[in-house]
Amino acid sequence: MPTGHVNPVYSYRRSSDQDANAPVHHAVVVVGAGPAGLTAAIELSMRGHAVVLLDDNDTVSVGSRAICFSKRTLEIWDRCGCAEPMLERGVQWRIGKVFFDEDLVYEFNLQPELGHRMPAFINLQQYYVEEILVARAEHLGVDLRWRHKVIGLEQGADVVQLRLATPDGEYTFTAGYVIAADGASSEVRGLMGLTSDGQVFNDQFLIADIVMHAPFPTERWFWFDPPFHRNQSVLLHRQADNVFRVDFQLGVDADANDAQRVERIAPRIRAMLGADVQWTLDWTSVYTFRCRMMNRFTHGRVLFVGDAAHQVSPFGARGANGGVQGVSNLTWKLSRVLHGLSPETLLESYDAERIPAARENVLHSTRATDFITPKSRISRVFRDSALRLARRYPFARALINSGRLSTPYAYTDSPLNTPDATQFEGGPSPGNVCPDAPVRCAGRNSWLLNVLGPGFTLLAVRGAVEDGTRRIDDLTVLEIGTDIEDTQGLVAARYGMDVASAYLIRPDQHVCARWRAPQAVQIRTAMRCACGLGAGAAHD
Amino acid sequence: MIETPNLDDADAFYAALIDAHRDFSDAQSEAMNARLILLLANHIGRSDVLFEALDAARNSVLEEHR
Repeated sequence: MPTGHVNPVYSYRRSSDQDANAPVHHAVVVVGAGPAGLTAAIELSMRGHAVVLLDDNDTVSVGSRAICFSKRTLEIWDRCGCAEPMLERGVQWRIGKVFFDEDLVYEFNLQPELGHRMPAFINLQQYYVEEILVARAEHLGVDLRWRHKVIGLEQGADVVQLRLATPDGEYTFTAGYVIAADGASSEVRGLMGLTSDGQVFNDQFLIADIVMHAPFPTERWFWFDPPFHRNQSVLLHRQADNVFRVDFQLGVDADANDAQRVERIAPRIRAMLGADVQWTLDWTSVYTFRCRMMNRFTHGRVLFVGDAAHQVSPFGARGANGGVQGVSNLTWKLSRVLHGLSPETLLESYDAERIPAARENVLHSTRATDFITPKSRISRVFRDSALRLARRYPFARALINSGRLSTPYAYTDSPLNTPDATQFEGGPSPGNVCPDAPVRCAGRNSWLLNVLGPGFTLLAVRGAVEDGTRRIDDLTVLEIGTDIEDTQGLVAARYGMDVASAYLIRPDQHVCARWRAPQAVQIRTAMRCACGLGAGAAHD
Repeated sequence: MIETPNLDDADAFYAALIDAHRDFSDAQSEAMNARLILLLANHIGRSDVLFEALDAARNSVLEEHR
């Protein structure tokens, strides 16, 4: 029984650029229509920019690939107008089980905190995610150019010249900025002579997507050294359409082609699920991975995002999630630069904020990989000891690492922050992402993250805001009790609001300053700082 | 003996523990582990805790090989 999913074909269309006498100029061009590139194109388009999006292929992801999308990523896609169909299609899961040898060692429950629009995670095949993003990009008028391969790139002082190969031959255009979202083996990176450096892991892994024919629990199961696959690990995770991801560690020396044969896979899966569970094989792939990153992501007018900039192992779902969150950091800044509102130096803060974020993702995914695939006898002894102790001793469960799930990075040390001048009890400090909460706005029930402005937002308790604040450009004021109702008191609780608290929130929904009863001039100064305009005299 | 998580950064500790053994032979690793146990035991100091930990570790190994 196949899943019924057929990859769409997005047809190549000849663009008028190809018939122009001189190279046509585009303000911003995105290379690569994966989750990161599509998100970049959608966000920039929603901020009023004409975007050209190039992809060397003519379809979405072949195979399920990234399947686990985090709350923060869904919040970003919700702003893009894409989260609803993903939530409808995706699978929500909470229970995780860890097995060692023949035994269940422990289970965990990602018990969600109530009062957030988005769940902690959904599982959804990457092809569905990309189809939804492509539909949104097309709807917004993004100039999608399929079967366009970048074969040349030359950076001048004011423009980047790109040479493209298409089914109709080659042509050239120029771009003000290029967002390189062309994946782990980025051609743009190669053309510029740049590298992404880090650790190569030699262990091979086999993905088998199987379709279950009967109900099966929506849980994440992780085995260390199970009887049906000795000395290796196995992960079972549910996706949409009753498809389950089975991820077998194969080791360094396995024969990848042989391992993918259905006669080799079937006995393992039967031993794992039991002989009476009916299933069919849908898709297989063998992969190895790297944990690596570029030493900087901004190179003049070329800005690297997603796997092109940083690559991690799959444990922890930090690849696509990290990529989309990086894009969300970059696009509002690039938009300000393109609109002439901020100097180009604002883009340097993308490096300042996202390089540490990528380092954290690389660190977590490297540690998980080292735990799952011990590299020495002694590390195997420690791992197995932690697993043996974990059944009886809760402390040992904290040592077991089958992937530390993606969480948003806090830009605590960002130059865009205005540090706290006084003590705050709880609430997100500058650099942290905004927690969501249910609110009522304009007579309708909504969510705080849905009513934040497209630019900056001041979220404040009633009476904490000076009159002049409402006249600041690009600032949405949300006074609790005036502009929004805190229906369940969760805004007050999650932001540690007292009599005069006020939070300044960036366009990407991270806090950049907070005060008690701020003057309009303090808010202007903090906005200028967050926009890379320095701490100079504030003006309207 | 504390049985619930008590390390302020369990992942960082674990990574440092494995890294401390890098490039060691089995004999060197065994010697390092012995020294590490003696250092930590002295730091803990209290016999009741140490005896409980010794029992817990021994029983866990016995259970595994039963």
